Amino acid sequence: MGGYIPSTAEQREQMLSEIGVSSVSELYSDIPEIVKLKRPLRIPKGISEQETYRELRSIAAKNKVFPTVLRGAGAYKHYIPSIVKYIAAKEEFVTAYTPYQAEISQGILQSIFEYQTMICDLTGLDVSNASVYDGASAAAEAVAMCSAPKRMRALVSSCANPEVIETIRTYGFGSGVEIVAIPEKNGATDMDELKRLADETVCCVYIQQPNFYGILESAAEAGEIAHGSGAKFIIGCNPVSLSIIQSPAECGADIAVGEGQPLGMPLSFGGPYLGFMAAKDALLRKLPGRIVGQTRDVDGKRAFVLTMQAREQHIRREKASSNICSNQALCALTASVYLAAMGPEGLREAARQCVSKAHYFSAKLCEIPGVRLRYNGEFFHEFMTDLPVSSEIVLSRLEQNGILGGLPVKGAILWCVTEAVSRKELDMAIEIVREACASLEARKES
Amino acid sequence: MELIFEKSVEGRCCALLADSDIPEYKLKESLLRKAPLRLPELSETDVSRHYTQLAERTHGINNGFYPLGSCTMKYNPRINEEVASWPEFTQIHPLQPRSTTAGCVEVLDLCEKHLCEITGMDAMTFEPAAGAHGEFTALLMIKAYHNSRGDSGRKKIIVPDSAHGTNPASAAMAGFSVVNIPSAADGRVDLDALKNAAGPDTAGLMLTNPNTVGLFDKNILEISRIVHKAGGLLYYDGANLNAIMGIARPGDMGFDVIHLNLHKTFSAPHGGGGPGSGPVGCKEFLKKYLPHSVLGENASASSIGQVKAFYGNFLVVLRALSYILTLGGDGLRIASENAVLNANYMMAKLKGVFDIPFDGFCMHEFVMSLEKLKKNAGVSALDIAKSMLDNGMHPPTMYFPLIVHEALMIEPTETESRETMDEAVEVLVNLYKDALTDSDKLHRSPYATPVRRLDEVGAARNPVLKYSFS
Repeated sequence: MGGYIPSTAEQREQMLSEIGVSSVSELYSDIPEIVKLKRPLRIPKGISEQETYRELRSIAAKNKVFPTVLRGAGAYKHYIPSIVKYIAAKEEFVTAYTPYQAEISQGILQSIFEYQTMICDLTGLDVSNASVYDGASAAAEAVAMCSAPKRMRALVSSCANPEVIETIRTYGFGSGVEIVAIPEKNGATDMDELKRLADETVCCVYIQQPNFYGILESAAEAGEIAHGSGAKFIIGCNPVSLSIIQSPAECGADIAVGEGQPLGMPLSFGGPYLGFMAAKDALLRKLPGRIVGQTRDVDGKRAFVLTMQAREQHIRREKASSNICSNQALCALTASVYLAAMGPEGLREAARQCVSKAHYFSAKLCEIPGVRLRYNGEFFHEFMTDLPVSSEIVLSRLEQNGILGGLPVKGAILWCVTEAVSRKELDMAIEIVREACASLEARKES
Repeated sequence: MELIFEKSVEGRCCALLADSDIPEYKLKESLLRKAPLRLPELSETDVSRHYTQLAERTHGINNGFYPLGSCTMKYNPRINEEVASWPEFTQIHPLQPRSTTAGCVEVLDLCEKHLCEITGMDAMTFEPAAGAHGEFTALLMIKAYHNSRGDSGRKKIIVPDSAHGTNPASAAMAGFSVVNIPSAADGRVDLDALKNAAGPDTAGLMLTNPNTVGLFDKNILEISRIVHKAGGLLYYDGANLNAIMGIARPGDMGFDVIHLNLHKTFSAPHGGGGPGSGPVGCKEFLKKYLPHSVLGENASASSIGQVKAFYGNFLVVLRALSYILTLGGDGLRIASENAVLNANYMMAKLKGVFDIPFDGFCMHEFVMSLEKLKKNAGVSALDIAKSMLDNGMHPPTMYFPLIVHEALMIEPTETESRETMDEAVEVLVNLYKDALTDSDKLHRSPYATPVRRLDEVGAARNPVLKYSFS
């Protein structure tokens, strides 16, 4: 029998007779006849594994894989070491449940403990949870950690990723926290506006570093303003950048969150990704989700266990710090393996190459007549350019050559360059953009 | 065993990245990190062996029986894993032009179509990343629905006391107050309690059906009538859908909005605690409130917004589609029937020894109460569970639902053989006997696991949550 069912027809008959019934339908006698489905499901009949393979191959073929990706905006293509995929595919890690039974789950528990250590090290903060769904929901959970009855407004930078802002808003619709946008100025958070908005009703200030436009914000200044009004300070950060850029702790953050996808996870049409969250010690009991702690077993052996569970839904129910049950454990493991394989120098090298290649690409693009940077702040691996021609034309020329160009944003293009792209690919992209601009400029003039 | 940081040797590394062929650009000094970076420094051999050791200290479905009630630990077909590793899916950027992502869109559309047919819903979103995330999403939709009708006084969500802890926690996150109602003696919704609780302030009722003691609530139509008559909506927690695919549909029972757990019913693996996928399905009148990605999709003006970036855990949805295609409409029903058969078989075999607090047939899982054993022999559900570990089995869910004392909840799933179930029954029966003769042996178990019972109180009292670098 298909459906991964091992029982034989004979065994099923025996089992039915041991139960004392003659058919499975008798077991369903509690379901009122009127709600029973009287027809077969309108789903094609089952097929063999080989046929499933074939059918999904034909669906897969309808996607186009771009060999060169110059688009980020929340999802980043980095080089993924081969070992990451092999370890993350180990069956024990893939098929286990949440490690409730610690004695037979030490592997997963220790890997989470190591992950928490790595996240604390990257962010400079004291405590990390075992992960949440993604960077956007991590940001929303962080805002929820800060709200208090007399502080029900959250100031969120307009320069954060729009998907993150929207997710924070949606969670705010649930919690009643009012989300107030901090306006932008020249592609960065307007600090004067932030000063004006920050008052004793504000629970937290959220900024993204580097921001959605790629610009590096004056994060420490935003932190001082937040703290000046008694609000918490949250930084949404890119984990690869943290190897060379000031850590959230160095900028005064109380909470750091971010999208962990750049740490060894492929693009995958948006998921599964990884939300990481770290905080100062004082906020430990407000952290959502699983947390793993170190302890000893009865023989005195070091061991790891899910801990601080008094925060969680299965104990506290409606008074829990969050409803989170499943997190992204396998993605957290993936990130740990990536960080272990890259090591401190490997991660710094990836970050340095992101910076260097992005600046090389932006400088070359800006040599093209009519192309200029939209904003002039320092950036990490993303930047915005204005073009003399419509972005659609430039992007479709790039697409014809196997290059996924930047994302059209506010009439400009938001480019992203990582270490995964070679100089040769960048030079090719520059030539295509140059030709597209030149031919259209010429046409316009004639 | 050692932590990965204790294996680190200064100067050791894996050669992974090509040298840069571009002149280095130096960022302003003031922007740079001052703190050291203490990631481990290892060779690739070190990394490989470390994680192999960790894998050996992890019990997965591939290692043995995993009858963890309410979690549907069925076999995770490897074809689904393979499909989810194809570059044509993994290398697709979520914000690629739509003309280049037709395959991904087809995966989502097909999966939506099939899951709507299975559940009797009209539309579905795959944005939520887990069951609890789906609950939260659906509750916001309920809130938006009432608000849109100027009916914003509906601030209460009714939750039976047998519900998963995520239900009340999600309701609180969505800004509702929670009204807990007691269950009737037979484990089902107490209709009088429900009638008393339902009123003009009721936003909805959250219900798992089959419920968390493994019974189908046969009063479902009456429940639906009471809630709808009061003006509330009916929410279906899909944790237990595995019992009824092709047999009955939440949409035909009166449910307005549901969440599913693709990592339970639809065979996607749990990954040691995620990633999951918690799609939310709804009837037509709620469709306009479904979430959407602001960068990737055209928004409906009434949408609740988005609950995570992009379109959800796409690769998990893909695995579920692969499973649905393989089983087909006929196979899904057969899967459910066998899940119910297996659970009833185990229950029948254990009934003479352990107390089963509810009469009748169960659905895909059942609950035993060890209250008497605890009283008579001093052996708890925890002791029995820990002793099972020495037999290479993952124990059942312990101490849930809360309405059954000393509960063990067993869900064998349809992918386990009779031989495996017989072995588990034998282990449980022998442990019961041991409990009566040598309770101390059980108190001290397990013996053969990589570590033994842990000091959990100490872990919570003096939290050590990361490695301290000396």
